[in-house]
Amino acid sequence: MDLYEYQARDMFEKHGVPVLPGIVATTPAEARAAAEQLGGGVCVVKAQVKTGGRGKAGGVKLARSPEEAEAHAAAILGMDIKGHTVHRVMIAAGAAIAEEFYFSVLLDRAERRYLAMCSVEGGMEIEQLAVERPDALAKVAVDPLVGIDAAKAAEIVDVAGFPEDLKAPVADVISRLWDVYKNEDATLVEVNPLVRTEDGSIIALDGKVTLDENAEFRHEDHAALEDKAAANPLEAKAKHMNLNYVKLDGSVGIIGNGAGLVMSTLDVVAYAGEQFGGQKPANFLDIGGGASAEVMANGLDVILHDAQVKSVFVNVFGGITSCVAVADGIVGALKALGDEASKPLVVRLDGNAVEEGRAILAAANHPLVTIVDTMDGAAAKAAELAAAAS
Amino acid sequence: MAIFLTAESKVIVQGMTGSEGMKHTQRMLASGTTIVGGVNPRKAGTEVEFPADVTVPVFGTVAEAMAATGADVSVLFVPPPFTKAAVMEAVDAGMPLVVIITEGVPVADTAEFFAYAQAKGTRLIGPNCPGLITPGQSNVGITPATITGPGKIGLVSKSGTLTYQMLFELRDIGFTTAVGIGGDPIVGTTHIDCLEAFENDPDTAAIVMIGEIGGDAEERAAAFIKANVTKPVVGYVAGFEAPEGKTMGHAGAIVSGSAGTAQAKKEALEAAGVKVGKTPSETARLMREILTA
Repeated sequence: MDLYEYQARDMFEKHGVPVLPGIVATTPAEARAAAEQLGGGVCVVKAQVKTGGRGKAGGVKLARSPEEAEAHAAAILGMDIKGHTVHRVMIAAGAAIAEEFYFSVLLDRAERRYLAMCSVEGGMEIEQLAVERPDALAKVAVDPLVGIDAAKAAEIVDVAGFPEDLKAPVADVISRLWDVYKNEDATLVEVNPLVRTEDGSIIALDGKVTLDENAEFRHEDHAALEDKAAANPLEAKAKHMNLNYVKLDGSVGIIGNGAGLVMSTLDVVAYAGEQFGGQKPANFLDIGGGASAEVMANGLDVILHDAQVKSVFVNVFGGITSCVAVADGIVGALKALGDEASKPLVVRLDGNAVEEGRAILAAANHPLVTIVDTMDGAAAKAAELAAAAS
Repeated sequence: MAIFLTAESKVIVQGMTGSEGMKHTQRMLASGTTIVGGVNPRKAGTEVEFPADVTVPVFGTVAEAMAATGADVSVLFVPPPFTKAAVMEAVDAGMPLVVIITEGVPVADTAEFFAYAQAKGTRLIGPNCPGLITPGQSNVGITPATITGPGKIGLVSKSGTLTYQMLFELRDIGFTTAVGIGGDPIVGTTHIDCLEAFENDPDTAAIVMIGEIGGDAEERAAAFIKANVTKPVVGYVAGFEAPEGKTMGHAGAIVSGSAGTAQAKKEALEAAGVKVGKTPSETARLMREILTA
């Protein structure tokens, strides 16, 4: 789960990372009040979006008065930045910046450990720096069993080439950022820029944090950080039913078991859809291993309520999941939906109890259901039906 | 021959007495796996009865189970909060191979127990994986054994159900070993580990490799194939239509040096001489053509 900047700021503060005062606002009036609360002097109005490049898009503005903060907030709220609508701004105290640095610690999937990256040249163009002058970006491996202890923090600032007088204070901030990474079960903590102010303080001016959702069982407070309002209504409904669902833009509803098979199903449908006017998958929905008839029925319920869906492809390979449960779920859901169910279903079953599952569907003989034996054939049929209904 | 798992493998189950552990121990026994014990400190000294008059003893620790049975494989059906401690225990006991089926393990825990296992020489498979099967000999994990048979193809895959699909489509030719390495950001055994083992296995004639979006494991595997693998490799990559992840930091892209897209992976594999199928069925056909040509 990616956090907003203001959430990352609060998390930094909790772990003793030096940050500037910041207040979230959702209206221009709130922005003005926040600027007044911060002392009424110079402040920065920052769009809160989970994407980069907001500065270039005009989503970060300096304000010299509360009035100006209000005007900037009015301009920034509602702005579209790379497909993300701005619903909140953070009003942050101004700082007299002398120098900008960069620091991040993250999971290194390939090396199966952590990696700390640090540079004395921070700011907006860090990706470019990494490509053009890789030597200017220190990359230091971090052993998961040791973490960033005092010696590792000293190594990082050394390799990054900080001047002697800054090594100790920057290493101290890095140690605290490691506390955030470790104690909050993050997979990314990035500070860009990390700044030295004219009065000599080291401050994390902007932060990005990604949390590991698998670790939520030991962080009760993390669930509250989730942005429920931003979720699509169908996604919210699916989440409520504990379904692993992602809304997409196409016309063929997809239900399958196992993330890999469902991803593959999306691809196969799009590939088959090329023959039928470019039909595309409408969603990703993984009912998981060992799914019951109820889970299957819930999945169908979500997908059949998606107005963009013109046909549905149920693609199950029964490993642990029994094809009987899948067939029972389809028959039960169609019965419960009655006349509301008006979209054709193409079903492909294979594996565990496949003959029994197909027999249940054949006996129900529902006019909307077509059984196809192969995945490629079923995908083509579903795309064809979606094209016919469009 | 096979890789990692043979008819001689003696398997213990950590978490055997839980509901998932019981269900899958029964399935593993039914597919011919030699299961010599379970581990649960609260039920040490008891026995669990399974169908066909099989009884499996329960030990208090992995070390006791190994001493009493000579077990050389442990498979874990342990809930995520307890997985790290269970893996560490198996590694401390000197278990050569530990297969972690559990889904939802925090990646920090995996990073720690992987580093620990690597230092002590234990091979981990998983977490969040279906395990591995050497058809006709042994099955460790949750793969349905009846969908396939023994033969000369080696298979390595991130995805469970795509593994099943491929095992099923090529069941008449059959498999030496199929390894589900799992799709988590950190896994104990990689595509490369399996490719290397299959290359060295005299009974494996050709290899199917299944990947999916994320990370750069497939790109690294492609480079390995080009340099080290002489046997034919057929590939499949899932995730062309998957929505672009909402990556926020620049850090991820800087590290991997690759977009991690399905297209990039497919191109890397093809550049290494791997034939890549557009669908799982087409991938199976490519393998069939190679082995029957």
